[in-house]
Amino acid sequence: MHIVYPVVVSALLFSIGVYGVLARRNAILVLMSVELMLNAVNLNLVAFDVWLRDRLHGGQVLTLFVIVIAAAEIGLGLAIVLAVYRNRQSIDVDRLRDLSETGASGEAGPPEEPVGVGEDADREARP
Amino acid sequence: MISVVVLIVLLPFAAAVAGLLGSRWPRGGSRTKENDRAAARRAAWFAIAPITAALLLTLWLASWSARALPRGSASYPGAEFWAGLLPGSTEGTLTMVETGSVPISFTLRADGLSILIGVLVVVVALAVQVYSVGYMRDDPRHPSYSAFISLFTSAMLLVVYAGDLIVLYAGWEIMGLCSYLLIGHWWEDRANSRAAVKAFLVTRLGDVGFLFGIFTLGFAAGSFRIDDVLSADIPRGTLITATMLLLAGVAGKSAQVPLQTWLPDAMAGPTPISALIHAATMVAAGIFIVARLYPAFLGAQPTLDVLAVVAAIGMLGAALAALAQDDLKRVLAYSTISQLAYMAAGLAAGSDKAAIFHLLTHGAFKALLFLGAGAVIHHVGSNLMTHMGGLRTSVPITFAAMTVGFAALMGLPPASGFFSKDAVIAAIEHSHSPAQPFLYGAALLTVGVTGAYAMRAWLRTFFGPARVEALPEPPPGTAHVFDGREAPRSMLWPIGVLAVPALLLGFAGVTEVDWGSALVSLIVALLGAGVVYAFWRGAPHQDPARMLGPFRTACERAFYVDEAYRAVFARPVLRLARGVVRTDGQVVDGAVRGAGRLTMSLSGFVRLAQKGNAQLYVTGLLAGLLLITVAAVVLG
Repeated sequence: MHIVYPVVVSALLFSIGVYGVLARRNAILVLMSVELMLNAVNLNLVAFDVWLRDRLHGGQVLTLFVIVIAAAEIGLGLAIVLAVYRNRQSIDVDRLRDLSETGASGEAGPPEEPVGVGEDADREARP
Repeated sequence: MISVVVLIVLLPFAAAVAGLLGSRWPRGGSRTKENDRAAARRAAWFAIAPITAALLLTLWLASWSARALPRGSASYPGAEFWAGLLPGSTEGTLTMVETGSVPISFTLRADGLSILIGVLVVVVALAVQVYSVGYMRDDPRHPSYSAFISLFTSAMLLVVYAGDLIVLYAGWEIMGLCSYLLIGHWWEDRANSRAAVKAFLVTRLGDVGFLFGIFTLGFAAGSFRIDDVLSADIPRGTLITATMLLLAGVAGKSAQVPLQTWLPDAMAGPTPISALIHAATMVAAGIFIVARLYPAFLGAQPTLDVLAVVAAIGMLGAALAALAQDDLKRVLAYSTISQLAYMAAGLAAGSDKAAIFHLLTHGAFKALLFLGAGAVIHHVGSNLMTHMGGLRTSVPITFAAMTVGFAALMGLPPASGFFSKDAVIAAIEHSHSPAQPFLYGAALLTVGVTGAYAMRAWLRTFFGPARVEALPEPPPGTAHVFDGREAPRSMLWPIGVLAVPALLLGFAGVTEVDWGSALVSLIVALLGAGVVYAFWRGAPHQDPARMLGPFRTACERAFYVDEAYRAVFARPVLRLARGVVRTDGQVVDGAVRGAGRLTMSLSGFVRLAQKGNAQLYVTGLLAGLLLITVAAVVLG
């Protein structure tokens, strides 16, 4: 099989992932898009490993690493999403802008999110 | 033999170290009254015992030198005046320091000149240490005080016995430090610490010239050893430059015009310190160094002419200033400047013998006068002669001793001052210097004025109606309390002992008296004293200084030299300093603060992008990545 097919597929996958990260508002979908990008990279790694006939199979080994790290990352990410949802009843990435520069976002402030009990506690805990 | 010299120098130094470290050990922390007294007692032993040992060693060295045969190898070219009295000399080099160009040798030497001055230094230092035990009895800082005196003595002995100019300079500088520490002993009073700083700065100004003079001589001769320097063939121009530079240091240390202003202010220190500085250590060093390097000065006639002019101005001006002072110690301070100018005049006239003779007798009688003045001040509780008077009955011993001192100061026979002053004046009379008429006139005039101010101080202090009254509370910084008695015995003994050389030392030069010029100066001195006596007789309550008339204020302010210096040097420097501070505050600091403010305001623009939308940041990241990639592809 020619190298161009897997490369094109992985490029498409990566582009979908980028689009998802940049455009989706749901945090879980953003995480899924990150997974897509990682898998695009994995595909590339395996394809080039075969194409270059690497005797040590560095590409495949690296793929295993990426899979492990991706598993850890998605676990951590989902836990954060869960915690955010418990605090704010929302996992909308657009609305999670507490770290914004207050003066700078004055002219285009987002609509006030619903105030939960956890949020108050969160605000008070901040120094 | 050289080890004895080393011991003489090191004993007071060891005393200083022991006094500083050991006086309060091991009870250093608690400052109770008993501890203070115990520390003072121990410090007195630490101070007096080594200096006594040094005195004995010095006397032994002198007797050895008097009996020894002159050795051509270790003496200077030409016949020195001390060769007849103390012909033996010794020299030893401890180590050589290779500096790359001119080596420095740690050399000590003892010859007639250094032994003579060494005896003076040690005797006066011992007298001052014993005297201080009584004078500073209740001072909690007596240990450090006596240790600094020991260090001072050690430094002066190092100057006296140095065989190398750099070694000499080290002692010279330590003396400057010690004078600062001791003049500012009662630093609680702001004026005292200012006087100390002034003394330090003014002498330092001269020391700069002195150091460069040493360098000039050393590099011209290829060695810093005094023997080598004096025997080297140095071109006349270099010699004049070097000696002129040395003269700056001499003027600073010996308080000659134009650097004389620190000495009267140095009266802020305790009175024994004044005695030490004025008689034996600090101011004597300047005259000593000229005598030590006299062959070099003889080769540079212009320097001697400058010295003559400086001496002539200094002796007359200081004597007039002394005539108008009300503070007894300041009278003596100005008289010191005047008498030192006599020695300088003797040197300028070509007679180092007369100058050193006068230095020795002056050391004796000026130490006596200062210690006596200290006893009087201790008794009265005030420095001002306005508060004294009629003291001859209440302090008879001090009165007798100070009478001897004043007689020596005026130059009345048979006191020592008569012979030494006559030697100086005869030397001036017979000199061939172009400044000779000027110098001789000034010297004779000064003799008259000296008689006048000595008479005035004597009359105002000991005669007339008693104006003594018990002060209710001693002013802070002066530990003197009126007690209506003669001073304690530890103060009277040094005074009595010093009265002997002040009275009799002159007879060492009795064979060389020029009776003609002696008669002239004696008549002039008596004339000055008689005028003052006539004025005082008319109104014993009033100050005879009123005879100066409109010049009185000018004399009292020492001809406004301090004011002139303040206007010419101090104020412009202060203004410059203020300008520098303003520049520093507004330009340098302003630049730093402005840089911070600029960064903050620039960062305000960047902060506009921080909207809190993480996806926007990632978009920016991607855009940047793309840009870099495109640039790498296109440009690479």
